Amino acid sequence: MSHWLILPILIPAIVAPLLALAMRNDLVLARVFSVGSMVWLVLLGMYQVGVACDGEIRTYELGGWPSPFGIVLVLDRLSALMLLLNAILGLCVLLYAINGCDQRGAHFHSLFQFQIMGINGAFLTGDLFNLFVFFEILLIASYGLMVHAGGSARVRAGIQYVVVNLVGSSLFLLALGMIYSSTGTLNMAEFARQAPLVGPEHQTVFYTGTALMFVVFGIKSALVPLQFWLPGTYANTSGPVAALFAILSKVGAYAIIRVCLLAFGESAGEAAFFIGPWLIPAAAATLILGMIGVVASRSLAQQASFAALASIGTLFLAIGTFTPQAQTAGLYYLLHSTLALATLFLLVDAVVIRRTGFGDALVPAPKFKHVGLIASMYFLAAIAILGLPPLSGFVGKLLVLEALTSNSNWGWLWGTILATSVMGLVGFAYSGSLVFWKSGEFTEELQIELAGVADSGIKSSKVDHSGKSISAGIVLPMVAISCLLGTLVLLTIFSGLVLRYLDATSQQLYSPEQYLTAVLGEGERPVPIVTAGDH
Amino acid sequence: MEWLVAIAISVITAVGVYLVLSRRTFSVVMGLVMLTYATNLFLFSSGRLAVNQPDIVTDPAAPHADPVPQALVLTAIVISFGMTALILVLAVRGYFESGNDEVDLLGPEEEIARGRT
Repeated sequence: MSHWLILPILIPAIVAPLLALAMRNDLVLARVFSVGSMVWLVLLGMYQVGVACDGEIRTYELGGWPSPFGIVLVLDRLSALMLLLNAILGLCVLLYAINGCDQRGAHFHSLFQFQIMGINGAFLTGDLFNLFVFFEILLIASYGLMVHAGGSARVRAGIQYVVVNLVGSSLFLLALGMIYSSTGTLNMAEFARQAPLVGPEHQTVFYTGTALMFVVFGIKSALVPLQFWLPGTYANTSGPVAALFAILSKVGAYAIIRVCLLAFGESAGEAAFFIGPWLIPAAAATLILGMIGVVASRSLAQQASFAALASIGTLFLAIGTFTPQAQTAGLYYLLHSTLALATLFLLVDAVVIRRTGFGDALVPAPKFKHVGLIASMYFLAAIAILGLPPLSGFVGKLLVLEALTSNSNWGWLWGTILATSVMGLVGFAYSGSLVFWKSGEFTEELQIELAGVADSGIKSSKVDHSGKSISAGIVLPMVAISCLLGTLVLLTIFSGLVLRYLDATSQQLYSPEQYLTAVLGEGERPVPIVTAGDH
Repeated sequence: MEWLVAIAISVITAVGVYLVLSRRTFSVVMGLVMLTYATNLFLFSSGRLAVNQPDIVTDPAAPHADPVPQALVLTAIVISFGMTALILVLAVRGYFESGNDEVDLLGPEEEIARGRT
């Protein structure tokens, strides 16, 4: 048993309380430790991806309790990839946040580390109840981060976010109760073995529980009609936090991929991919709603939030198709969209802290500092998120389109994706030209006119409420954003390499027997745990 | 026994859902508390209801109480307790920041101020 497997959870778990208890008054030390932890996680993520490349699935039994009785952590290609993605994203966002965002409220770094720990745990765990616990860890940290630095709009949006997720947690527990009472286990692998063996008298409870669990994952990943929490949350929180949240909705997507392919794969007979027919329309609706939102947005942050929603729609169109090829496309799009959205949110924040008095509202405003640099980066990020060539979004969207041909309604789905892309293009072209291009044409008459409007209270929700002046350095934030853009470029240049890895990942996901054997051992024919006698 | 527990869970859930859908944060928080109570009871009963039975199994065929849901419920109680405390703090802070305890993102006066109506 190799103990390094648990390090992605342990490192932030040790650093976070240290930050909260020992370093709460020493910002420099806190930054050093926080960044140090993230650098280690990036290195560890690279190592784990390298190790997972050989196709073997590694397990770690906590406390030495044999699975399925104890909690087991599982590292396969998908988990390793998600860990690396989370680490890279976390490091870039943290570098950006050091610019001043972390000073505006207490315990930013500590909450950040707890958030990373929860996400890593959710990617590693092989137990459904443990997944719930890690969801709670990442959520409670995200509640703290969400309302970081305060402001009435942000706290209000925070309350909504917390309420939605608490209801989601309750539903998750109900689902777990039903699953436990009908299968007698919460270990994912054992659950997958028991699923086909559930007797007819427990079928109703079993399918209700499973469907409820997928609903919960749908809430986490903000699929229509469960998307209500996302735009308000992302648009009202601070930029770096929104950028980190870009991976939060992907945790739900990960959970759907994991559980569905493990327990309801091709071998499940009638129940195989039973959520597929639900996922595709929901994904299409998410995509359309997201892009309508992009066009209708009244601030940059709102626009980026709806772009996040749209990217989730595209992602689930690929995942919901349930073929190995579509899975590969979906994973590539997942990598791309997470990084691209984070870039976009960070750039929005860079605009907000410079456009004094106007925030990110879509109104003409005077030229602000570094407008050229930020505008060109924003241009690149918008290209990436919309899926225009030459960045990775184009590759991702092309792969998704290609994968959708196996669906019988592919014509409609193609039409949806292409039409919404045009809508997104219009939305981003409008906002970009208004905020960046027209900032030069800001005349005196306009200023007087706007002063009137400003008096009546046209203010972006993102105008800095703390009142503190921010030492707006330019180097570190731009390095952080350039790193994110750089990963997008790398994802494009080395798309062949990445796709080979992702192809192998899909193959691994579509042969769940390997996972079951790795977790539970060879074992004889499984027998049902819950029998007809149990009522 | 089963009926009693089932009815109790359903009534508490119904009350919880009703309260969660209200406009004021305090009722919403109370609704969430109710929902977590119902959830915990439900989770507890998922190991089958057994009265006065040992939860350490010596003979698998003999009647026993399932210890796993009890452990799950303990975890769930701790988490929901923490979450309730957190949302109460948030609700109070939201009240002081914005002057009312509406759950909606924007009050009507803010809507007007933003020039939407």
